[in-house]
Amino acid sequence: MSLAITLTINGAQQAIALDDPRITLLDLLRERLDLTGTKKGCDRGQCGACTILVDGRRINSCLALALSHDGADILTIEGVAQGDRLHPVQAAFIAQDGFQCGFCTPGQIMSAIGLIREGQAGDDPERVREAMSGNICRCGAYIGITEAVLEAQRAMMGTAERDAA
Amino acid sequence: MNRFDYARPATLAEAVTAGALPNAAYLASGTNLMDLMKGGVARPSLLVDIGRLPGLDRIELLEDGGARIGAMVRNADLAYHPAFARRFPAVAEALLSGASAQLRNAATTGGNLLQRTRCAYFYDTASACNKRDPGAGCDAVGGENRLHAILGFSAQCIATHPSDFCVPLTALDAVVELLGPQGPREVKLEDFHLLPGSTPERETVLEPGELITAVRLPAAAADFAAHARYVKIRERTSYAFAVVSAAACLRLQGGVVTQARIALGSVALKPWRARAAEAALCGQRADAAAFRQAAETALQDASPSGDNAFKIELARRVVVRALSLAASGTPARLPALPASAFSGEVAHA
Ligand SMILES: Cc1cc2nc3c(=O)[nH]c(=O)nc-3n(C[C@H](O)[C@H](O)[C@H](O)COP(=O)(O)OP(=O)(O)OC[C@H]3O[C@@H](n4cnc5c(N)ncnc54)[C@H](O)[C@@H]3O)c2cc1C
Ligand code: SF4
Ligand code: FES
Ligand code: FES
Repeated sequence: MSLAITLTINGAQQAIALDDPRITLLDLLRERLDLTGTKKGCDRGQCGACTILVDGRRINSCLALALSHDGADILTIEGVAQGDRLHPVQAAFIAQDGFQCGFCTPGQIMSAIGLIREGQAGDDPERVREAMSGNICRCGAYIGITEAVLEAQRAMMGTAERDAA
Repeated sequence: MNRFDYARPATLAEAVTAGALPNAAYLASGTNLMDLMKGGVARPSLLVDIGRLPGLDRIELLEDGGARIGAMVRNADLAYHPAFARRFPAVAEALLSGASAQLRNAATTGGNLLQRTRCAYFYDTASACNKRDPGAGCDAVGGENRLHAILGFSAQCIATHPSDFCVPLTALDAVVELLGPQGPREVKLEDFHLLPGSTPERETVLEPGELITAVRLPAAAADFAAHARYVKIRERTSYAFAVVSAAACLRLQGGVVTQARIALGSVALKPWRARAAEAALCGQRADAAAFRQAAETALQDASPSGDNAFKIELARRVVVRALSLAASGTPARLPALPASAFSGEVAHA
């Protein structure tokens, strides 16, 4: 059995030799690839700290077996800014005080990027809160998080409209 | 986690051959299986990854008005499929009330049906559990059991099946399509999960190697689209399993119920169809008295399995609420908090 997989991580394709079939995407990122921006809170799908985008969709990387994602396109918090230019969701989290200690924040930001792509919540704060419920914040920064998601979504829609014009 | 071999078959035939090997387990997205393996509760020696099998990721809206949902269709993709949600709104509402957006993006149709109980003693390998270790005893009996079963339990096991998705599916007569080493067969979802009896380790009718390939909803299920709801009581508003839930689907004519479908969730080790209550409602005016009577009938055989007598009255009220909301009509758009008692909706009757 070959444990060689290929992943595209933050735009760069990588051949990866797994030394153990048990490794999750979360442990692969953190322990083998030094991408420690993605956090491990519960390791059991219960907190959202490990949220990443796989093929454009937000999932919990702690419950994702790396082997079964051979060929996937992965976006982590390390890949969202363009050099020094923050992603609109990152900028909005700063502007709206969407965090205190910051531990949940990479997961919150990846989840928010996924939420905006899904396009189901619109500008309804209640729908945003519901759609962000998979990300627990121990510091209780929820008010700022909701504001940040709404602000980022407005900013990104504005940019999209300008680009289309 | 134990070490395991990993196989990713390319065809259904290869998959069921591998799946029939001793101690093999199918891996869909892993949101339940990986969790159980991390805790040492599941210890498969071979994982058969069904994620790339051809044809399992399709949602087919059938000509006759029914639907066929491939086993690998993700819970989010099904819930947000506009035509599917129009035909089967209570199914979409149940899906969106489950887990979190991240989990729904991964979790599959087959995996949702086959998710294991959330009984804390089942998860804790230091506890006695007949389901995990037949004959070991049951630490939930006399233990922390306020969320355990009120229907269909036995002295050997008082756990519940936690799925939301399965509740409206059972109400709507869904059929599970299977493929095994002996070929294909079909089982009604209502008959798919087993009550614990003296063999709580046997959870479904699946034979070794049998794979769920699809779940089918019959055409008649779409006839309830105008009056179909799911209500789920949780200990927090979102990202929590049900304490009790109910799906209610009605057909009304001039304010009179002509057909009713009712099922309850998290009350037993299987999604619980309330057929006697359905029969009692038919021909009645859709009003509060009839709904309360139906709820009494639905729970007439219920009894506490521990510190959970409150679940019996709670279940009755959830049935009444689901029926009342269904009678008011399926909303054009699901509420911001799907299936929630806190969505601010005012029910009819
Ligand atoms: C924190 C958390 C909260 C949750 N909250 C809810 C909730 O509120 N409501 C709810 O309903 N669910 C909830 N879930 C459970 C979730 O819905 C299930 O974990 C998910 O549906 C399982 O799907 P999967 O594809 O990940 O299955 P897997 O984990 O891959 O598989 C689960 C089981 O099914 C078997 N299997 C999978 N597919 C097939 C197939 N096609 N044929 C035969 N066997 C198969 C596997 O061998 C395994 O035994 C929650 C889960 C978590 C972690
Ligand atoms: S209730 Fe069932 S699952 Fe829970 S400990 Fe008892 S036997 Fe195990
Ligand atoms: S670390 Fe993955 S959900 Fe908590
Ligand atoms: S900012 Fe501290 S956990 Fe969210």
